[in-house]
Amino acid sequence: MIPGSFEYHRPADLAEAVALLGKLDSDARVIAGGHSLIPMMKLRLAAPTHLVDLAGVAEPKGVRLENGEIVIGAMTTQHEVIGSELLARHAPILRETAELIADPQVRYQGTIGGNVANGDPGNDMPALMMAFGASYVLRGANGERRVAARDYYLLPYETATRPGEVLAAIRVPAPPAGHGGAYEKLKRKVGDYAAAAAAAILTVAGGRVATCAIGLTNVAGTPLLARDAAAAVVGTALDKPALARAAAAATAITEPAADGRGSAEYRVRMAGVMTARALARAFARASS
Amino acid sequence: MSLTNVSMTVNGKAVSAAVEPRTLLIHYLRENLGLTGAHIGCDTSHCGACTVDLDGRSVKSCTMFAVQAAGANVLTIEGLAGADGKLHVLQEAFREMHGLQCGYCTPGMIMRAYRLLKENPSPSESEIRIGISGNLCRCTGYQNIVGAIQYAAAKMAGLEVKEAAE
Repeated sequence: MIPGSFEYHRPADLAEAVALLGKLDSDARVIAGGHSLIPMMKLRLAAPTHLVDLAGVAEPKGVRLENGEIVIGAMTTQHEVIGSELLARHAPILRETAELIADPQVRYQGTIGGNVANGDPGNDMPALMMAFGASYVLRGANGERRVAARDYYLLPYETATRPGEVLAAIRVPAPPAGHGGAYEKLKRKVGDYAAAAAAAILTVAGGRVATCAIGLTNVAGTPLLARDAAAAVVGTALDKPALARAAAAATAITEPAADGRGSAEYRVRMAGVMTARALARAFARASS
Repeated sequence: MSLTNVSMTVNGKAVSAAVEPRTLLIHYLRENLGLTGAHIGCDTSHCGACTVDLDGRSVKSCTMFAVQAAGANVLTIEGLAGADGKLHVLQEAFREMHGLQCGYCTPGMIMRAYRLLKENPSPSESEIRIGISGNLCRCTGYQNIVGAIQYAAAKMAGLEVKEAAE
């Protein structure tokens, strides 16, 4: 399969990338790892006229702690997310999730920025970022702005990124020590998108859930923040009735399509099952 | 469409070819350089038959444009054996342990195993299976491929290796 023709650009820094995007026509696209975009181009589902390759842009790579936030450069690969000691210490759910994305070769190339900015509801990191209350740093001709992950996803492949903007970084509020997190992904095989998946991040005090946030993957046109499901377990010891209420609240907001992964009804039910499993595992990992 | 001159190092040699930006790395290797060891299997980044080593990473060369690899250091299956033709220990291992039947996935499997053992010289069986999870084999059921990688790891570590039962 051969993609359509395009012109290739390799800016040396983000400023040059932004300047290029301002100059080129509206069918220009940014390419990072390319492992979502190139398959789309081969299928001719995407036909950009220009590709602005961020591979030569050094700035948005790597992970650091800054003012209580974990800052992850958009060009950080999934392989680097898995290998990050800082993330393993402060937010191990990121590593756990990255390990469930695609396969080793794809993870060497695929970036966390591409995963969150692509707007594919099947991508795994967005639900996590919504649960974390993370924000995305978008660089444009007029400087930087921040958009909350919870406000970023509008429709399938439609995000709050404006024409001419590039995702520079993801800022994750460092979760408190002792928090528990878990990502449960139901998939048919290695490399598959989720039939349904849930991210749960919670804190526990005195044996009861003190705070909780839940994100859902691939069970609607966008990733979802399951507010009612999270509220259903706060204050409980995560007993069976609480888990059942959370699962029911999560399934209530899903609207998946039927596909090769299962019927819509099945995927709705699995969203509830994944929610309950993620909560139980996050709870077991949290320390009071 | 205008052609771009794309240069890189492949198997230790500086190479260059004029290609379109949309030329995939696998096509650059196979058609411009005549290196047909890396195979096109699924062409959708699932099967791993096109895996090559690029700047210390295993890459599916069907899902990268040659221009993206400009300036990179690429190793393909053709570059693995010694100059005297002596097989690389992984190639020897796949032969000794019957790690292939039809052979289609083998160049990708070996190039992936090459990087896996660089990063983790003594992987557990589970780590090997996860490590090659981006490479599909439709013949062997993977058992002998895992065995071949274990053989190579042991041999690289200077340990006694167990030959496959005939």
